[in-house]
Amino acid sequence: MIRLTTPITEDQIRQLKVGDEVLLNGRVVLSRDIGHKFMKEQKPEWLKPILENMVIYHCGPVVRKNEDGTWSFVAAGPTTSIREEPYQADVIETYKVRGVIGKGGMGKKTSEGLQKSGAVYLHATGGAGSLLAERVKRVVDVKMLEEFGSPEAFWIIEVEDFPLVVTMDSHGGSLHEIVLAQSQERAKALTS
Amino acid sequence: MSECVIPTLTSLEVVASKSVLPGGWKADLSNLKVLDLTLPVTELLRRTTSRLPQDVIDAIVKGRDAEEEGSRAFNTLNDMVRNINLSDGQVTPLCQDTGSIIFWVRHPFGLSQLAARKQIRAAVVQATKNVWLRPNCVESLSGKNSGNNMDPFHEHHPAIHFEEWDKPEIEISVMQKGGGCENVGAQYRLPDATIGAGRDIKGVRKCIIDAVVKAQGQGCSPGILGVAIGGDRVTGYEKSKELILRKLGTANADPKMDAFEKELTNDLNTLGIGPMGYGGNTTVLGVMVEEMYRHPASFYVSISYMCWSSRRGTLTIGTNGEPSFD
Repeated sequence: MIRLTTPITEDQIRQLKVGDEVLLNGRVVLSRDIGHKFMKEQKPEWLKPILENMVIYHCGPVVRKNEDGTWSFVAAGPTTSIREEPYQADVIETYKVRGVIGKGGMGKKTSEGLQKSGAVYLHATGGAGSLLAERVKRVVDVKMLEEFGSPEAFWIIEVEDFPLVVTMDSHGGSLHEIVLAQSQERAKALTS
Repeated sequence: MSECVIPTLTSLEVVASKSVLPGGWKADLSNLKVLDLTLPVTELLRRTTSRLPQDVIDAIVKGRDAEEEGSRAFNTLNDMVRNINLSDGQVTPLCQDTGSIIFWVRHPFGLSQLAARKQIRAAVVQATKNVWLRPNCVESLSGKNSGNNMDPFHEHHPAIHFEEWDKPEIEISVMQKGGGCENVGAQYRLPDATIGAGRDIKGVRKCIIDAVVKAQGQGCSPGILGVAIGGDRVTGYEKSKELILRKLGTANADPKMDAFEKELTNDLNTLGIGPMGYGGNTTVLGVMVEEMYRHPASFYVSISYMCWSSRRGTLTIGTNGEPSFD
């Protein structure tokens, strides 16, 4: 088990390999469909210091607004990452992002981006909404809440021992590619 | 972290004690005009969003126990059981994607569908306020979130299927279907040369295997499949979703289809996709197949994929007016 705390250096990222189990600590920034389109098309400057050497989490949380105005995460598992495939590599490069958390894995373009920029794809257990929300210790801030709505906003959170698996590394390795190839082989045998 | 997590759901008494229904709530089915379904449907949503059906939990545990202890597949299924325990205890959503909300309402003659629709919509708004549901209804092009799960045109969300039947009781089923698993659903038109699927049961089997391979872990495997053979583009998909309401482990009424389902489940679990696509022996928890009639020229195979967090529930208001939840 590898403990990592954000901000993360490129050197730390380059040491990670497919299959490594990671417990992530520190700040994480949530973003999904609207956010990724926005980041690629508008390239807002104000996001750069927030994302540099940080980790993006593909997640649209269930949140509760507390009486004192603060927010709590009630359920916060990953959403399917492949929808961000057209944007991810550019976002990683533009904002110097070191890691992306999601589920289901990503494609070739992202894999090339991970290798070029020095970043990893970290897989979280889909559907484990309560389990992962428990590891969210604090909601630090939220950006574009009005404009994007709560599932799509840039939530900035602090996590503690957030359980992840490296499924795509910065050396071109991808667990998703391996499982896909094996299952396609097996499917051929089943249908021949 | 490789110990077997045991599902420890709260007792039905504890669940009932947290109900939004006042103690002793009863409907008067002899006067359907004044019936208000808002509270019982709110209670149905509270249960469905936080507590998985027992048959689904049993299937996840069975899958976990078939994986090598300490493997990633084993640990992932274990985390799923942990999540099930947490959400039930806290009455919080099992998954942040509380899904599209789909209802099936079966009712006797005399119930106003217009009134029932209003009440069901009010229940969904209330459940969203209570943070049991995430606001999941956005305008397609702008992406603007309506904020309360309501489609302002009263058409598509929540989806409500009404059916009048000749029984005196009212039965309302709900499914919370997440976007990830909805996205990996598929509809094939046979013959399909790209996968070599002809117009027969072998062709149907090819479609199903193809859909599961394409889905990989993206629909949050292990999944539950609803498969409609035939129908048209709309009725086929509609049926395939409804099939997911069936309890896992119950037999298909058609013995031939029952054997087909069992064989398919075994075959799909040899694909090696495993929980969340990490590899493993548990790729699906079950397959439900039904044959429909079709136009001679059209042969559709419609497949709905439900994630492991198969949130479904049924409220029955019996002839004595008492509500029960399953």
